[in-house]
Amino acid sequence: MSQGLEHSLTSWSGQALKHQTSWIDNLDARIRIVCAGLFAFVVVLSQFFVPALLGLLCALWLVKASQLNIKRTLRRVIAMDFFMLTLIVILPFTTPGDMMFTLFGFPASWQGLSHALLITIKANAVLLMLFSLVATMPATTLGYALAHLKVPDKLVHLLLFMVRYLEVISQEYKKMRRAMQARAFVMRTNRHTWKSIGYLFGMLLIRSVERAERIADAMKCRGFCGRYYLNNDMKIKSADVVFTTLFVFFLFLLIGLNIHDFYH
Amino acid sequence: MTSITNPLIQIKALDYAYPRRGKVLSHIDFALYEGERVAINGDNGVGKTTLLHLMVGLKKAKKGDIFGFGELCKTEKQFNQMRAQAGLLFQDPDDQLFCPTVLEDVMFGPLNLGFSKAQAIEKSLAILEKLGMKGFETRITHQLSGGEKRMITLACVLVMEPKVLLLDEPTNALDEKAKLRLLNVLKTLPQAMILISHDKLFSSQLMTRQLTLADAQLTEQTPTNIAVA
Repeated sequence: MSQGLEHSLTSWSGQALKHQTSWIDNLDARIRIVCAGLFAFVVVLSQFFVPALLGLLCALWLVKASQLNIKRTLRRVIAMDFFMLTLIVILPFTTPGDMMFTLFGFPASWQGLSHALLITIKANAVLLMLFSLVATMPATTLGYALAHLKVPDKLVHLLLFMVRYLEVISQEYKKMRRAMQARAFVMRTNRHTWKSIGYLFGMLLIRSVERAERIADAMKCRGFCGRYYLNNDMKIKSADVVFTTLFVFFLFLLIGLNIHDFYH
Repeated sequence: MTSITNPLIQIKALDYAYPRRGKVLSHIDFALYEGERVAINGDNGVGKTTLLHLMVGLKKAKKGDIFGFGELCKTEKQFNQMRAQAGLLFQDPDDQLFCPTVLEDVMFGPLNLGFSKAQAIEKSLAILEKLGMKGFETRITHQLSGGEKRMITLACVLVMEPKVLLLDEPTNALDEKAKLRLLNVLKTLPQAMILISHDKLFSSQLMTRQLTLADAQLTEQTPTNIAVA
């Protein structure tokens, strides 16, 4: 468990997912965020398998196009699919409908299963779309783009500061963790472990607060009075227009399929 | 010369105490004049950093007056104006570099001083070039090495064109090469300086005056007992 904890805390310092450069990297960051958002909206509101599957196919194709490592991407998706698995197990029993089988006297319904599968497909489609369009940009670019999209300053700053100091705080965590290991600490399921880990996280919290105060002081020293400036100009290019047009057409197709299915 | 009579920073009868540690500074008098480079020596935890933070108003003195460039500083607003002219370099560069990229970090000060974006970029690029850090503008701040981070924090401070530099252990965790580079840069700067450093060799090469802080008192050190390690 400790291994997983350490990995998740250390490996990310705001860089994009590893990938070779592709035409998606050249698209405007704002366009990518908005397109991914609209896509999620349309797909999540889909009520039928055809548009959801089409969305999943499109997302898969974009993942391929963005030159992400397919194997590692799928591994990330599978992490989420474990949550979906519980959904598939539970939903047939909680949704009323035509009986599939009974377990200990509880009936499982076909409708529940199809509902769970539909949700799984939607979730996978949205996640893959986020991987290909949004996760392929560094977190700072994401912050800039959000600022240009008029997301409230405070949220953008929160994101940028988090990205900036996650690494620093995880370094502190690692330092303390190593100091514990140097004194022969091994994680076990006992009172001593819980107490020590409690101390560790308490200390981490205190250090983070103290660092935040020092940063605020440093900002004051340079005349900070409530405004934080971002320096990044973004321009829409013709490739962005083409991509957006095609993407919106595709979304209309999905919406159209939904309405069409609805009337049949 | 008016500069001889008017100290840049003057402290009169300053007192400071931490809640549980008792008096850290008691009745401190101190003045920094133009062209002076003063080293403050003292053991760990004796209150050197506290003194620097008091000078620029990051901590509030319990008693005593601080004059920054001839003006009495009491309120946050007054200190805010004096801080622009007294550049404080923090112990940990990570505390100081909080913007995503180097250029934004350096620009932060000038923008707060009211310069336009174009002016701020121009000033920042000029100072980076002067410190030999040209080409670092688009680098991500937390991916720099320790020595590079130190130089960038210096650029962040210098770009505001301060009259005084307050250096809080600037050589901490720097290797010999980075130290030498910092030393050479600091030697060329015209600003008056106050330096806290445990690196005797570094401070003796740079400083014109040595003070010692011990038992809450600041005392002058005669040049004979400067031990060069």
